[in-house]
Amino acid sequence: MTQKPKLALYWASSCGGCEIAVLGLHEKILDVAAAFDIVFWPCVMDFKYADVEAMEDGEIDVCFFNGAIRNDENAHLAHLLRRKSKVLVAFGACAFGGSMPGLANFYDRDTMFNWIYMDSPTTINPDKVLPQKRYDTPEGELVLPGFWNTVKTLAQVVPVDYFLPGCPPEAQSIEAAVTAIVAGELPPPGSVIGSDVTVCDECKRTKTEKKIKRFYRPQEIIPDPDICLLEQGLFCAGIGTRSGCGAKCPAVGMGCRGCYGPNEGVLDHGAKILTGIASAIDAETAEEVEIILDTLPDPAGYFYRFHLPDSLLRRKARKNGKKQMDGGPQ
Amino acid sequence: MSEPRVGVYVCHCGHNIASAVDVEHVAEWAYKLPFVTIARDNKFMCASTGQEQIEQDVKEHDLTHVVVASCSPHMHEKTFRNACARCGMNPYLFEMANIREHASWVHPNDRDGATNKAKALVSAAVHRVIHHQPLEPMQVNIRPETLVVGGGIAGIQAALEIADAGHHVYMVEREPSIGGHMAMFDKTFPTLDCSACILTPKMFDVGSHPHITLLTYSEVEQVDGYVGNFSVRVRKKARRVDEDLCTGCGSCWEKCPIKVLDTVFEAGLGYRKAIYRPFPQAVPKYPVIDTENCTYYKTGKCRMCEKVCQTNAIRFDAEDEILNIEVGNIVLATGYKLFDCRRIPQYGYGRLENVFTSLEFERLTNAAGPTDGKVVLRDGETVPETVAIIHCVGSRDKHYNSHCSAICCMSSLKFAHLVKEKTGAKVYNFYIDMRPISKGYEEFYHRLLHEGTTFIRGKVSEITDAAHSPEEEGKLVVICEDTLVGKQRRVPVDMVLLAAGLEPRADSSEVGHLFGVSCGDTGFFIERHPKLDPVATMTEGVFIAGACQGAKDIPDSVAQGAAAAARILSTISKGQVILEPIRASIDESRCSGCRICNNMCPYNAIDFVEDLAVSRVNPALCKGCGTCVAACPSQIITGAHFTFDQLMAEIDGIMVDVTADDPFAVEAV
Ligand SMILES: Cc1cc2nc3c(=O)[nH]c(=O)nc-3n(C[C@H](O)[C@H](O)[C@H](O)COP(=O)(O)OP(=O)(O)OC[C@H]3O[C@@H](n4cnc5c(N)ncnc54)[C@H](O)[C@@H]3O)c2cc1C
Repeated sequence: MTQKPKLALYWASSCGGCEIAVLGLHEKILDVAAAFDIVFWPCVMDFKYADVEAMEDGEIDVCFFNGAIRNDENAHLAHLLRRKSKVLVAFGACAFGGSMPGLANFYDRDTMFNWIYMDSPTTINPDKVLPQKRYDTPEGELVLPGFWNTVKTLAQVVPVDYFLPGCPPEAQSIEAAVTAIVAGELPPPGSVIGSDVTVCDECKRTKTEKKIKRFYRPQEIIPDPDICLLEQGLFCAGIGTRSGCGAKCPAVGMGCRGCYGPNEGVLDHGAKILTGIASAIDAETAEEVEIILDTLPDPAGYFYRFHLPDSLLRRKARKNGKKQMDGGPQ
Repeated sequence: MSEPRVGVYVCHCGHNIASAVDVEHVAEWAYKLPFVTIARDNKFMCASTGQEQIEQDVKEHDLTHVVVASCSPHMHEKTFRNACARCGMNPYLFEMANIREHASWVHPNDRDGATNKAKALVSAAVHRVIHHQPLEPMQVNIRPETLVVGGGIAGIQAALEIADAGHHVYMVEREPSIGGHMAMFDKTFPTLDCSACILTPKMFDVGSHPHITLLTYSEVEQVDGYVGNFSVRVRKKARRVDEDLCTGCGSCWEKCPIKVLDTVFEAGLGYRKAIYRPFPQAVPKYPVIDTENCTYYKTGKCRMCEKVCQTNAIRFDAEDEILNIEVGNIVLATGYKLFDCRRIPQYGYGRLENVFTSLEFERLTNAAGPTDGKVVLRDGETVPETVAIIHCVGSRDKHYNSHCSAICCMSSLKFAHLVKEKTGAKVYNFYIDMRPISKGYEEFYHRLLHEGTTFIRGKVSEITDAAHSPEEEGKLVVICEDTLVGKQRRVPVDMVLLAAGLEPRADSSEVGHLFGVSCGDTGFFIERHPKLDPVATMTEGVFIAGACQGAKDIPDSVAQGAAAAARILSTISKGQVILEPIRASIDESRCSGCRICNNMCPYNAIDFVEDLAVSRVNPALCKGCGTCVAACPSQIITGAHFTFDQLMAEIDGIMVDVTADDPFAVEAV
């Protein structure tokens, strides 16, 4: 019997939803187990980093890496798994575009530490203790991974072979990827495994010319079940987001959040959603534009929810004119 | 495909560029850029020697792409594209870097800075040009019919020029008669010709011309199509008088019992009937029924006009007609509206009886006007002994209109002359600057100086009836700082004339949108080029003439009407026009039908194909402006000649470190 290909799965800076998504394959997970020899999956089975370090370079056939790179440990594992894997897949929105953890790029480390460890109303920290990379105790030295100023995507740290979008990737997307890998029918390296049209293509709602007079939050209106949500004033990123999810959110009355990321060929997801939304705003004067936009809270968060770290600007400008790329250890 | 071979030409433009940019250095540096085969500097690239250099190099060095760094593409892009085309290259494999307007002219005192900027611009052009694709222009046939919108003097001139050349014209005029503002005047500056005497023959010609279809009391509702092939929907409002039967005899309006204040033609000074013809020389001669004021439409009774009409021409139940016409070109000659003097409350118009607007005065002084040409106060009988004429009302003032209305100095001088001639009154003209700039105007000003008109230089701050002294009692007092003498003046007068400015029509932006023409920041229609193309617009086949393009007098309006006609006649005689191939296209296989682009297009060039659920660009309508390209959130609309690759390459090129010895160390990052 020929050897089964070796599969590794890793969870870096993310919520864990991607891991659940793999389990969400239900009985198909057995096919995965049947097709692959799982050599590393810390979330589910007891593997140690040392096990991976002991492997030959390139010994792992495929690695599904989910999560953004936000600290030294994430980066260490990214480098390690890159070296040990033939095919490295950025699995899910965080590894692909930085996603939620990446929204921290609107701040920097000091601002976040000050808030979380000192200023937030539920924190009591009279000695102003902040996380340290090293700490000496009588029992020995304790080490924490260094926390980066800037969240990066996997591809900004190591070369990535494929990107699987989604927060989390839908079962059919994972299946498609697994099937392609098993059959050896992968697209050229660097590709996103998915479609090249946007969510509107799969969305069944009726679309007419868009004229937005104001935005509503989802709790403010009960949307008409058949009409395009954006036309009803509900923010929907579907216009500028790669399809493949089956347009599930708009189908149930919730505007697309944008988790499948930019369409094929688009450089900056947020900018594309922004131009789309801006084009739909029905205003005569600059003042009217302001009034309409005021009904959309946190536009930067809406537009860049999943792809701030891999946008053109990557992060909010830092004080003292420091280079925006500044990630790296503390 | 073999590697690109780029030729770069850096122009001195005499001293225009060379005085601030080290042109030789830019050329030497450009030689190091990727794919550059040859880089030269030249005194005048646009001269025949410069163009021949390109042609020679393309042949000798097998150039595949050409970059010229010189002036604005508005100036010479065509020149160099033609030079490329002459040696067999596709002209769109050329790119221009503007190192004059963008470098030397704006940084005349910073040679290093300007030189570095020129290098960056050249680098951008070189990076971009290698992504250029050959494009083929499109040819379309021209229909010989023309639509003229607006029957003022500008529209009349355009229509007659084209019709006299033997081509059919449809003239659409909103009011019941053509003539526009000029029909309201008695005399015209500077010659004091009788306005009606010079206008009515032309109006008559339009009305009777075998090649003109006159559609008065009509408006354009929709415009589809593109240069050469416009389809226009016109609403011909119901006149309620059968034009085939009516003889214009006048018994209907003589007998009509309803008097209506005429705020259009009589500027609110006179009355007309509920069935009326705006003025005696109106073309066409048929009246219209004003259904808002006619008793029949309110109570179902009266029908006096019907009773007295000998040809049974009254049609109470007539309805609007919709006409669809096909034309090749369009002239917009929709004119202007007068500034509303009530917006300056301190001048008292509407509150102080004897403050008049300029158009009101035109009617007062008109022999066919409400006072038979007698210049009298609002009471209808008192002849004024002193009259003040205020210039620049609502013009040259950032609170109202910053532009100069161009005609008010002259119309104010005309008024001063007419008042003096008709009443012998003492006349004061309050002006900021005198601008009698056209032929014969300065002479007219001198004539007025000799006629004894008093000129006071200063902006009037207030017109009041609050007297400070016995001689101001019962008078209007004009308060102003006399800036030549340097003192405050209070001048008591009987009558004040406000020389109100010229503004764009209230609906100019909607009308513009209908025809694909934009309005500038003053609201007048924008011409294609302010100097070199003043009557064309950015929409091929749509021309503008007269005061809709900017405040102007009759001679200039006539000149523009004739100019627009000449432009149109040249396309008609050619039979075809060539359209730039720079336009947008949608990759339908990737369009998800979100319809974001549908209402973005200023030229209505995008249609939504319902059964395929995709949007589609009509190539003949598209102007290549790029609005939809930027808007498309799927990024599947491509602007030819402005593709994503071309723009990104251009940005990469401009970001090159022009101060580094080897700029391509940067590229490697
Ligand atoms: C008080 C005063 C005195 C003047 N005296 C002189 C003078 O002595 N000598 C001189 O040279 N100039 C004079 N002028 C300037 C002169 O009025 C203009 O230069 C001239 O009238 C401009 O002609 P026009 O055809 O462009 O516009 P207009 O005369 O305004 O004609 C435009 C026509 O288009 C029609 N129209 C508008 N919109 C539409 C539409 N959407 N559809 C269909 N039809 C439409 C209007 O009803 C009108 O008939 C004077 C101006 C003023 C205010």
